[in-house]
Amino acid sequence: MLMRNLTRAALATTGIVVIMAGAASAQDKVKVTFLFDNAPSTVAMAEALAAAFEAKNPNIDIETESRPGGADGDNLIKTRLATGEMSDVFLYNAGSLFQAINPVQNLVDVTDEPFQANVIDSFKATVTGTDGRVYGAPIGTAMGGGMLYNIPIYKELGLSVPKSWAEFMANNEKIKAAGKTAVIQTFGETWTSQLFVLGDFYNVQAAVPTFAADYTAGKAKYATTPAAMKGFERQEEVFKAGYLNEDFAAATFPDGVTKIATGEGAHYPMLSFAVSNIKELAPEHINDVGFFAIPGDDAASNGLTTWMPAGLYIPKTSKHPDEAKAFVAFVASIEGCDVQTQSAGATGPYLVKDCTLPADVPPVVSDLLPYFQEGGHSAPALEYLSPIKGPALEQITVEVGSGIRSAADGAALYDEDVKKQAQQLGLPGW
Amino acid sequence: MAVAVAEGSVPIANPRRKSRTAGLYPSWFYLPAAIIFAVLFMLPTFASLFFSLTRWTLQKADFIGLENFAQFFREPFLFQGLVNTLIYGVVTSGLKVVLGMLLALLLTSDIFGRGYLRAVVFFPVLVSTVGVGITFTAMMHPTQGLINETLASIGIKGPGWLTDPRFALYSVALVDVWKGVGLATVIYIAGIVSIPLEYYEAAKIDGATPWQRFWTVTLPLVHPATATVIILSFIGGLRSFDMIWAMTKGGPGFTSDVIASVIYKQYQAGFYGLSTAGNVVLFIMVALIIVPLSMLLNRQETDR
Repeated sequence: MLMRNLTRAALATTGIVVIMAGAASAQDKVKVTFLFDNAPSTVAMAEALAAAFEAKNPNIDIETESRPGGADGDNLIKTRLATGEMSDVFLYNAGSLFQAINPVQNLVDVTDEPFQANVIDSFKATVTGTDGRVYGAPIGTAMGGGMLYNIPIYKELGLSVPKSWAEFMANNEKIKAAGKTAVIQTFGETWTSQLFVLGDFYNVQAAVPTFAADYTAGKAKYATTPAAMKGFERQEEVFKAGYLNEDFAAATFPDGVTKIATGEGAHYPMLSFAVSNIKELAPEHINDVGFFAIPGDDAASNGLTTWMPAGLYIPKTSKHPDEAKAFVAFVASIEGCDVQTQSAGATGPYLVKDCTLPADVPPVVSDLLPYFQEGGHSAPALEYLSPIKGPALEQITVEVGSGIRSAADGAALYDEDVKKQAQQLGLPGW
Repeated sequence: MAVAVAEGSVPIANPRRKSRTAGLYPSWFYLPAAIIFAVLFMLPTFASLFFSLTRWTLQKADFIGLENFAQFFREPFLFQGLVNTLIYGVVTSGLKVVLGMLLALLLTSDIFGRGYLRAVVFFPVLVSTVGVGITFTAMMHPTQGLINETLASIGIKGPGWLTDPRFALYSVALVDVWKGVGLATVIYIAGIVSIPLEYYEAAKIDGATPWQRFWTVTLPLVHPATATVIILSFIGGLRSFDMIWAMTKGGPGFTSDVIASVIYKQYQAGFYGLSTAGNVVLFIMVALIIVPLSMLLNRQETDR
């Protein structure tokens, strides 16, 4: 809101100046509105992209506006789409959240736009509607869901990166014995509590390859699939072992980022995009944080659960779809990738062909890249393989992770939540 | 929220008075109010009754009968939410009655700076609920909050006020009382000053102690104020949402969820039909509790 008001004020002032100068060129500009979430790294990236695009296209004016993230953001997006007041271009998650905004009815089909030739197919699959058409283009980089770890603590205690759950817990025991916090949790912001469950999906899929399809069809449940249940059990196990930071119930995401960077804790289960927050909150410690995938039972089959970047979408109600498409095309180009790297830093691999990262990336990113490379072990998170994600997972994982509810209960409760979402989406078999 | 919750139940109008006022104004005189009432109140109420029977995506609504109500009552945290709502309503309105009465007694006495003190008690009522919630959330932080740091300096390890499932709901209720007690106090002050002084003089002559004067004169004669405070604060407590959302968002987990926050979460998740059904349930529940309570309190008044 503030951003929009500021922009409006700025526009109004420019308007007055132009009128006073006796010219009307400001009126000839096409105004394209652009909505994105208010994470500082997204704002920096979006503003830089808008500025770079305007410099190349003097006849188009990108008016930027930020919105809250999380559930408030979901709500805002759905309401604005339903009331026909959506911005010309908006940033929103790919995968199951994308499916929940009814893309076929609400969004402009961009399957045949020339810029799609640059987009990597694995991303296209996550912004494809039920009609098989593509509705978005990527902004930002792919991410991993795993464990951030503090490199100085690992060096000091002579630990090595764990490949199996047993090794991970053995490391935790040593860290605790040394009087340090082994695992950071930040339930003050509930979304941060989901990584033990969501980030374990590579291991679930390795054990039960048909889980995603069966889950979407209503045949496989968390509570009755032992491999899927493990995520909940491990979250419970970490709590019961007493590895968490003292203020885990009230700490926020920035607290967690600061703690892992400054060595107040050894592990923080998180998405790798947190590297941009480390850069912002504790830049002098950017080289002190590394990354590894959430370990499973077997060291031999260790691999990473990956997250797709968000997409840019154009609503059918847009009055300037052609200009909006030009902006989306710019973001999904090599030039667009470079602007993103300069403004938000290199956070992972891009989903646009031939986009490159600079040679000197932070350790989190250099630890992340091998999983994505050929021969690496990675699989997309469940929310990119199935349209269903239950909205109450974050409250459930907070309860399991703070000992309020047992893992088995939590998994069963989540199955109920998933059922509700599937019914709302009108999926067959529920 | 789509369904407006009844703000205090108005006693049914006396039929004799109705006939007396019937011819007072021409019919067109009532039209503007009737239109506003129909468009802004009746229409949404009936629309929400309809949408509560559908699976609604804002763009299309599939009729599914009573399925939403069945689902709402299947919500595993709904029962907890119901219990929490009642606890919250009883705790906040009970404390507001007791504290409001005590403060009103203090502030109707010959205390120094009475006008200033009355204003001070009322100030929290004027402050935004969300602002109060955020401030107290910071003060109740388990390790860095003002409250626990003060306790720590005298050697007491304070609990996680908002993060321990045993305390979270009560901590929020206490903050709600702090914020709302000013209104109860003002109502009681009005009630107490309207009691004729002759009663106290007569009681004094009969040799009544201050304690007896309070129990036999002040308390019975301030009954209308008590009824108002109970009804207002109990309704406020039952549909309370803003304070809980600002402080715990129903957390940790679902442990401080009340009905209104359960409904809001369904809405946030895009379950529009389900959350509308929840609002209908909340409306019915508040009516079921408040109408008999209001009748009981009003009957006591007329019996006197």
